[in-house]
Amino acid sequence: MLILHCPYCGVDAEETELHAGGEAHVKRFGPGSDDDQFHDYLFMRENPKGVHFERWQHANGCGKWFHVARCTATLEVFGTYPAQTTEPPQEIRDAITAKRPGWTWREFS
Amino acid sequence: MSEPISALNGARIEGIAVIEELGLQGMITLRGDHSDKGLVKAATGATGQKMPGQRQALVEGESGLCWMSPDELLVLVPYTEVDAKLVEMQKALGSSHARAVNVSDARAVFRVSGPNAREVLAKMAPVDLSPEGFKPGDFRRTRLAQVAAAFWMEEDGAFRIVCFRSVAGYVFNLLQIAAQPGSDVGAF
Amino acid sequence: MSNRLSKLGRLIDRSKQVTFSFNGTTMRGFAGDTLASALLANDQMMMGRSFKYHRPRGVVASGAEEPNALVGLGEGSKFEPNQRATTTELFDGLKAQSQNHWPNLDFDIGAVNTHLARFLPAGFYYKMFIHPQPFWKHIYEPFIRKSAGLGKAPDAETRDADTYEHFYAFTDVLVIGGGVAGLQAAKAAAVTGVKVLLVEQTAHWGGRAPVDGGSIDDGPVDKFVEQIVAELEAMDNVTMRLRCMGAGIYDHGYALSYERLTDHAPHAAGPRHRLWRIRAKQIVTATGAIERPLSFAGNDVPGVMLASAMRDYVVNWGVTPGERVVVATNNDDAYRTAITLKNAGVDVLRILDARASGGGALADEARALGIRVDPGKAIAKVSGGKRVKEVSICNQEGIGGARDEVDCDAVAMSGGWSPVVHLWSHCGGKLIWDEAQAHFRPDPDRPPLGVDGAGFVSAAGSANGALALGEVLSDAHATGLAAAKTAGGKAKRPKAPNGDSTTETPMEPVWLMPANADTPLRMKSWLDFQNDVKVSDVQLAAREGYESVEHTKRYTTLGMATDQGKLSNINGLAILADSLNAEIPQVGTTTFRPPYTPISMGAIGGEARGKVFQPIRRTPMHDWHDRNGADWEPVGLWRRAYAYQRPGESVEAAVNREVKNTRENLGLLDASTLGKLIVKGPDAGRFLDMMYTNMMSTLKQGKCRYGLMCSENGFLIDDGVVARIDEDTWLCHTTTGGAERIHGHMEEWLQTEWWDWKVYVANVTEQYAQVAVVGPNARKVLEKLGGMDVSKEALPFMEWRDGQIGGFDCRAYRISFSGELSYEIAVPASRGQAFWDALMEAGKEFGVMPYGTECLHILRAEKGFIMIGDETDGTVIPQDLGLHWALSKKKEDFLGKRAQERSHMADPDRWKLVGLETVDGSVLPDGAYAVGEGTNANGQRNMIGRVTSTYYSANLGRGIAMGLVKHGPDRMGEVIEIPGTDGKSYKAKIVEPIFYDKDGEKQNV
Repeated sequence: MLILHCPYCGVDAEETELHAGGEAHVKRFGPGSDDDQFHDYLFMRENPKGVHFERWQHANGCGKWFHVARCTATLEVFGTYPAQTTEPPQEIRDAITAKRPGWTWREFS
Repeated sequence: MSEPISALNGARIEGIAVIEELGLQGMITLRGDHSDKGLVKAATGATGQKMPGQRQALVEGESGLCWMSPDELLVLVPYTEVDAKLVEMQKALGSSHARAVNVSDARAVFRVSGPNAREVLAKMAPVDLSPEGFKPGDFRRTRLAQVAAAFWMEEDGAFRIVCFRSVAGYVFNLLQIAAQPGSDVGAF
Repeated sequence: MSNRLSKLGRLIDRSKQVTFSFNGTTMRGFAGDTLASALLANDQMMMGRSFKYHRPRGVVASGAEEPNALVGLGEGSKFEPNQRATTTELFDGLKAQSQNHWPNLDFDIGAVNTHLARFLPAGFYYKMFIHPQPFWKHIYEPFIRKSAGLGKAPDAETRDADTYEHFYAFTDVLVIGGGVAGLQAAKAAAVTGVKVLLVEQTAHWGGRAPVDGGSIDDGPVDKFVEQIVAELEAMDNVTMRLRCMGAGIYDHGYALSYERLTDHAPHAAGPRHRLWRIRAKQIVTATGAIERPLSFAGNDVPGVMLASAMRDYVVNWGVTPGERVVVATNNDDAYRTAITLKNAGVDVLRILDARASGGGALADEARALGIRVDPGKAIAKVSGGKRVKEVSICNQEGIGGARDEVDCDAVAMSGGWSPVVHLWSHCGGKLIWDEAQAHFRPDPDRPPLGVDGAGFVSAAGSANGALALGEVLSDAHATGLAAAKTAGGKAKRPKAPNGDSTTETPMEPVWLMPANADTPLRMKSWLDFQNDVKVSDVQLAAREGYESVEHTKRYTTLGMATDQGKLSNINGLAILADSLNAEIPQVGTTTFRPPYTPISMGAIGGEARGKVFQPIRRTPMHDWHDRNGADWEPVGLWRRAYAYQRPGESVEAAVNREVKNTRENLGLLDASTLGKLIVKGPDAGRFLDMMYTNMMSTLKQGKCRYGLMCSENGFLIDDGVVARIDEDTWLCHTTTGGAERIHGHMEEWLQTEWWDWKVYVANVTEQYAQVAVVGPNARKVLEKLGGMDVSKEALPFMEWRDGQIGGFDCRAYRISFSGELSYEIAVPASRGQAFWDALMEAGKEFGVMPYGTECLHILRAEKGFIMIGDETDGTVIPQDLGLHWALSKKKEDFLGKRAQERSHMADPDRWKLVGLETVDGSVLPDGAYAVGEGTNANGQRNMIGRVTSTYYSANLGRGIAMGLVKHGPDRMGEVIEIPGTDGKSYKAKIVEPIFYDKDGEKQNV
């Protein structure tokens, strides 16, 4: 059972306080988008063995959504950060690079 | 005209800790930027308390401020004063983007006290309730078994718990089981 | 025979006699006994029968690894099967019964299976039950049901009388195991100042070291244990628990520990078991090692025991399992048993040491006591049915010929020691094969990884492969210290105690005894005692092509019993490796999974049973409903009254009465469960335009609008009435089950997509008690209570007002889900009951009756109003339900808009909402499907629709229904066929989905 640090209330929350929200940094496509864009937005998700970015909500807690960078194979957590961003912050990327040199995820590295 | 009635009408039980449902407590959920001057004025003005730090509860008697999230406070005022306080707070907020709503009737409040109070809570909440992990004035939103709840420590050996009114009976039963005679853990 | 010795017994108190019963026979033991030691003291060596062949079985071990001595404990509401006699502490009045036999333990019909053994080979189930298929129902299934299962299930009519609980604990270092290694690791950690939690599964500290002898810091081991326990107990940063088994280790430092509080004291107050849910920065597994049996013919005959267990019984409980004992071993440690027995006055006839070179110093000590030691010798076979009678001795190197027979009544066997690596392995710790000691031990370079990517578990003492006392202590000391430093302890350099024990000569692996045992011997050489798996079974599996140890496990059931192969695992995989001509490390072990030993279901559930099995949400008027005949229906976690039954009235009759009365007079509905969300801020209108399919920003203050919500996939997720409160505030009603879900949905979009929009949401569902006042007399009762003007002019349909009614502060919404004149009145929850009482009192003269959810459903279905969850199921879009009017064409965007443009969503073949009227007026079965022409690829009739809501309408005197039907709206008047599961086929006419007051005149008066 995971422990994730909530960047809002500062609690190291165990999974029973949290709600998983799938892949992070998914860009929304609405009316006006073409079928492929919209299809990818709705259905296409990364499924890596290794570095991954996810959304979690501190549901039984402060209620805030945040992002988590972690390794799906070892469950190592590289860092958590507020959800109000469209891409991983540089310090998170650096933290991952320190542990997993050469990592890539979608367009990020 | 009838009196307003709290969820369990003051139920009380004793086991390894004392469990009491408290009467109606005025509660206002205040959302907004904690650094906004209007918000600070509204919150501190209504309660006479300072702004609480992260996961802190500053409460005296029936008035106080609890840190709910980076943009939310729980404002405690006497039940009968809620409407007047809301008017005052709206005035203090002025044009600030904030939202103050009366939720007094949507909640139930419990007091858990006695030397084993920490243990009773530690049976239901995934929170470090040891004396090193949780101190008087600390505030925590979490779950109690299967429902969301918040609690703070008034003084060593006494907690206040806030939960939704509809599950007051469930929480009371939980606390009763957790405080059953012979169940002290001896861990703290 | 086995009996109590006049001396020894470090764990028993001979001054306290305890009475218990076994299979109805009264027996006596002492305080401190386990059930197993007390049974042995009463010469009850046979403790059960085996699972498959029903062979007589005796106790083989002395602790958690015991495979044979499983009993049913207690009676009635306290009965529990499959309890290990070796871990059951004796108490006065204990009642135990043995398992797997009929009619009794001594004479068992099922034992015939042992003579059928050659017809029950490995993979029996796979081979036997494949075909013919028709045999399943009447032959195979009854047979399997009768023979499956170990022990007896508790009586289905009783309920567990005990309570259970969880406890959340946080610590820096968790030490699992309270033997000398665990104690020393805990102390080494604790002196650095970190918080230490030390758990031990048995009722006493020290583990088996005091039995094995040796010295620590020149004193006896017992003395060391006593001192270190006292030191640890005096430290504020150390918590110690006995009878608390480390059950499992999981991700990120999570561990479960299973504390048995009252199993040994059933009359004590408090919970029976407590499950500790622990978070530790570092975990030290000091779980010891388990001795391996030897695989020789007849190694399961009662009286054959692990050498260490026999020693335990003598030293700990003053019981000898036999009077004439033969010892078989491949290592020096078993000599300790021989020496202990001899010193206790028991005849030790032979020590058969499979090693050609024999033993070392311990062997010399044994010889000096006059014990005959035979190097290079092995047991060919143990004879005896319910008790060892004779041992045939042969050379280890050979097929088991040239035997020499010895009469005896007990055999001590030792195949070497395997570290208990289970907890290390639970969360991914890897193992290495230790060639010298012939066992797997933790690989310190590949530990389980924690949240920071570093190892968080380390093994200490014999759990780490350090078997000699001196090594155990120094290893545990270093491990405890290292764990504490990683967990933040201050640098300290405490000294490790100095352990000393007799130097041992190396063991030699013996996987089969004798090494080349012939087939008849291998067919009687047991690997897994509990599941009756023999050497020959594993060899057969290998011959049949099973190469993976995981597959072999499942094919032969080796290690699949409740003991999870604690004794059989290594021996089994060694046999497999040998059969495959592979090395043991290449074959590897099966996966170790928690819990270490079975834990009670009660402990897993914790407090969550009975009235707190799940939270029940109650409205402020819940108790009134309960007192007034409510037939409860769960809606989410809420309980809502389905109908209010009067004495002698059926539920159906109550529903019909409520339906008619609400249309004709006055009905009250507790609508408090409907979700109420306040949405406020400068961007609230813009935000709600995204949330709802219709336009909410243009709603005028004081007015209400019915709105639909879709997911980004386009599917309907909720509906409800939205009220504009002021310039920047809206109040959104959700469905009963939807308040938390929709609140979360709004927060998610606000926090993760439109975080720059100035909107705050608050869930005020429970702030209000809301009552729907419905029916032609609705206005009259409100006017009688007085206060707010509720006339048509002052409060028109689809508007709301704040004010007072009957002295209650309230908000009145003029909205209708029934098609009747209807008000929904919200008052503060703390006044809900009083307001309800006032309405009931004032409504008497107007024919007031409360009505429940079924009446609500019927009234809305008569009007063709959809219900989320009935007409929708997560695949339905508003267009399917004819709700085009609620889809804004002006808005550029709303959640679901783009999805509803996808080709499948715009497909004219989608099933659409219609009304359905049975031709004969009967009620359609709920959820039934309508069939059309032709068949599909599977030869089944094509489906053209399904029933989504169906009721008997007392107002119309007939069944009414709604359904989704292919091209439905274009097929008005057509009759379709709807087969039920009751064997009938229903005929229904497609009609408009509105059955009552088609022009909506009644609600707008």
